[in-house]
Amino acid sequence: MKTLRSIVMIALASLLAACSGAGKSAGEAKVVNVYNWSDYIDPRVITDFQKKYGIHVNYDVFDKNEVLETKLLTGNSGYDVVVPSGPFLELEIRAGALRPLDKSLLPNTKYLDPGIERSLAQYDPGNRYAVDYMWITSGLGYNAQMIKARMPDAPVDSWKMLYDPAIVSKFKSCGVTILDEPTEVIGTVLLYLGKNPNSQSPADLAAAQKVLMAIRPYVRYVNSSRYINDLANGEICLALGWSGDVKMAELRARQAGKTYRIVYSIPKEGAVENFDTLAIPADAPHPDNAHLFINYLLDPHVAARNSNHVRYANGDSASLPFVAPAVKNDPGIYPPPAVLSHLVPERAKSMQFMRELTAAWTAFKTGT
Amino acid sequence: MGGSNRARRWVVGVPTLWLVLLFLIPFLVVLKISFSVARLSIPPYAPLLVLRHGWPMLKVHLSSYAYLLTNPLYLRSYLYSLQVAAICTVLCLLIGYPMAYAIAHAGAWRNVLLMLIVLPFWTSFLLRVYAWIGLLQNNGLINHVLISLGLISHPLVMLQTDFSLYVGIVYSYLPFMILPLYSNLEKHDPALLEAASDLGARPFAAFLRITLPQSLPGIAAGSLLVFIPAVGEYVIPTLLGRTDQIMIGRVLSNEFFENRNWPLASAVAVVVLLMLVVPIVLLQRVERRELEAE
Repeated sequence: MKTLRSIVMIALASLLAACSGAGKSAGEAKVVNVYNWSDYIDPRVITDFQKKYGIHVNYDVFDKNEVLETKLLTGNSGYDVVVPSGPFLELEIRAGALRPLDKSLLPNTKYLDPGIERSLAQYDPGNRYAVDYMWITSGLGYNAQMIKARMPDAPVDSWKMLYDPAIVSKFKSCGVTILDEPTEVIGTVLLYLGKNPNSQSPADLAAAQKVLMAIRPYVRYVNSSRYINDLANGEICLALGWSGDVKMAELRARQAGKTYRIVYSIPKEGAVENFDTLAIPADAPHPDNAHLFINYLLDPHVAARNSNHVRYANGDSASLPFVAPAVKNDPGIYPPPAVLSHLVPERAKSMQFMRELTAAWTAFKTGT
Repeated sequence: MGGSNRARRWVVGVPTLWLVLLFLIPFLVVLKISFSVARLSIPPYAPLLVLRHGWPMLKVHLSSYAYLLTNPLYLRSYLYSLQVAAICTVLCLLIGYPMAYAIAHAGAWRNVLLMLIVLPFWTSFLLRVYAWIGLLQNNGLINHVLISLGLISHPLVMLQTDFSLYVGIVYSYLPFMILPLYSNLEKHDPALLEAASDLGARPFAAFLRITLPQSLPGIAAGSLLVFIPAVGEYVIPTLLGRTDQIMIGRVLSNEFFENRNWPLASAVAVVVLLMLVVPIVLLQRVERRELEAE
């Protein structure tokens, strides 16, 4: 009997200890769990952070917003810092999956670009839950030589390349691919049609679907990551892709000693822009360390190192002096003001519209 | 008597507990979610049990099932999955049977050959499927060889076709066909074949009338072990399959991730399971008969 009682006492005591450990006033363990996009940070930034603060970083990656969202909406993800894109941020805030940032712990927010902050406020009114990490556009990635061989006067600065059947059919033989991102792609079709890319009207969706069905026979596949290597290898010649990914394909082609050029172009009709943001899950186990990590990423020098490494534009205007000229002066990464004014942020859509959109998208993918 | 009874209860009890913990409970959770509706919250579906005026009320929605039945996409994907699984099962049988037969008659080489069948499992499944991309793509090894031999002038498009899908599934599931077939074939009594030959049967007739009927339980077990997982296969069609026709495993993942519609995804899963109940029950009966025969 006595042993039983002592076992119960020990169990109770350890339970109490566990509970007080969960309360953050007792001080956090020296750990921060980060969940970021794959290939989306300079690895030395992580080691430097660990050295500077003595906090161990558990770094994990994803390649689809939906995967992150599923983990957040399931709850108890265990992550402290996550990187949702704008429209997903909007929904995750509404679902109560994120925790408001404590700006007093983020002094480096003073370096954030006010224009980008304003754009982000569309998803996160008052900029309470997230700060910008990088921002990106989707546009045309193409193999200059292969395109020229098939159509010397190809309109590479226009969505006609992809959405005009008479033109895209010329590139069927060398391979055309599209991102598997329904809302973003349909947004670009609406831009091609001269409509609002965030429209939720069924008539606009039907018009966009008609365009997509007409080009379906010329599209080799619909995927969001495979095109990087295929573009680099010359396996495909035209892709609807993300700016930094096309840059990565360009780099890989060059490293492999290929003679052709991979080019990224933002079409003149406009493009959909997106923001990848730093946020903290509502149930993050180490929120203080999470703030410390986010603040570190917002340091102008650190932000510049990340941009130089991943070839995406960051949201930190004070970092520009430290961004390498090759990155800063690349119009595909930091577009000139004339192009900037043609960029439209992608917005979250209603659940009802999403269902119609997914049905249209599946019909496009299956070609029926 | 009491001791053997208790032992028997153990023998039956452990697998039953296993089944309840790892199959029945998860299935009930999925079934529960399938009767809910999606909403923006944590978790992203409405609770089935709600309190109204202090009274618990059950709110069951059949909308996910109704949607499944009315949208032709789902029916097409179910049928396509069944078709792919059936074709791959037949291909596995045609390739696996001679292999299992040869191994069962390989004498001293038997263990080495069996080892070779199992050896690929030492490499990650995902990696092996990925390797097929390198072989089958336009710039891949097979096209390179064919072009340099002058057999073709333009690369054959093999990736993202039914062909590459079948290659991937047959390659991955072949061991599941060979192993049960082998374990059946190696138990055959060679005296039966000798007797047949003494009575004037040619080898092929002896095979048809003696070996084949005796190996039917092995054929059934192998076929079901290939067919059942192939229906719900997700990884291989994602990497190697067509993009214009999707198998039900990908439909399920689309509903879950893309549409954030857990109830609909759960309904898709429940229907897959209902479709597979008949083959699963068959498999169990084949296995039980094998056990009883021993």
